[in-house]
Amino acid sequence: MSTVLIIFCVLAAITLATAFLTIFSRNPIHSAIYLVICFFSIAGHYLLLNAQFLAIVHVIVYSGAIMILFLFTIMLMNLNEEREVHRPRITRVGAIVSFCLICLVLIAIFINSKPIVGEYVTTGEDYQSIKVLGKILLNEYMVPFEFVSILLLVAMIGTVLLSKKEKLQK
Amino acid sequence: MNNILNHIGIENYIFLSVILFCIGVFGVLYRRNAIIVFMSIEIMLNAVNLLFVAFSTYHQDAQGQVFVFFSMAVAAAEVAVGLAILVSIFRNLGSITIDNLKNLKG
Repeated sequence: MSTVLIIFCVLAAITLATAFLTIFSRNPIHSAIYLVICFFSIAGHYLLLNAQFLAIVHVIVYSGAIMILFLFTIMLMNLNEEREVHRPRITRVGAIVSFCLICLVLIAIFINSKPIVGEYVTTGEDYQSIKVLGKILLNEYMVPFEFVSILLLVAMIGTVLLSKKEKLQK
Repeated sequence: MNNILNHIGIENYIFLSVILFCIGVFGVLYRRNAIIVFMSIEIMLNAVNLLFVAFSTYHQDAQGQVFVFFSMAVAAAEVAVGLAILVSIFRNLGSITIDNLKNLKG
């Protein structure tokens, strides 16, 4: 086993374990913390794949912005103590069965499609530095890029409108 | 420069993202707390992003990574709007258990 494979296995174990803990922990704050660890390990995967810029953006956007948003919402709603009622047993069993079935089907599909994966080529040219990514983003993907900015603007306006307190009817 | 996938193999990445995606689906089905459901959706989005980056390395092409940027922007917008909706639901109903959200049901 090479070192890279060992690193991959450790990162994958952390990712899967924290993802499970996110779902199973009773306290929403703990879930959020586990989710942060999960996102950091995914950023580690990106680093392992040599996508440095993407790893940094992932840490900033997910572990920074989105998780702060989650934590603030949890604290705003005062959900620290648990008052979640359990689902009926039949629903939980159904969830577990469907989880196993989805896993089985997807993994079976990918195992059977394995021959498509050929050998790994290395072109040697630079394809994931910030320079190349910026050129592609602003040349070929110019219009989607602008649409994303409009999307973020609309999301911002919508968030402000939604979370504003409604005035009482007089 | 050596391709990192020579050491790991694209199959491992495929299995990792499949399992991660299934964990997300499981969380959506299993929990009642709407915030945890949102977190599960984030896990699913991340599984897909991870596979995008793995295949971008496999094809030695940057377009997969550009796509991940767009998906991250959409995820950020989705979380912001979704949490705002949750806050206003919490103001009106006093809880965010998703079983209470039956107002649109006739």
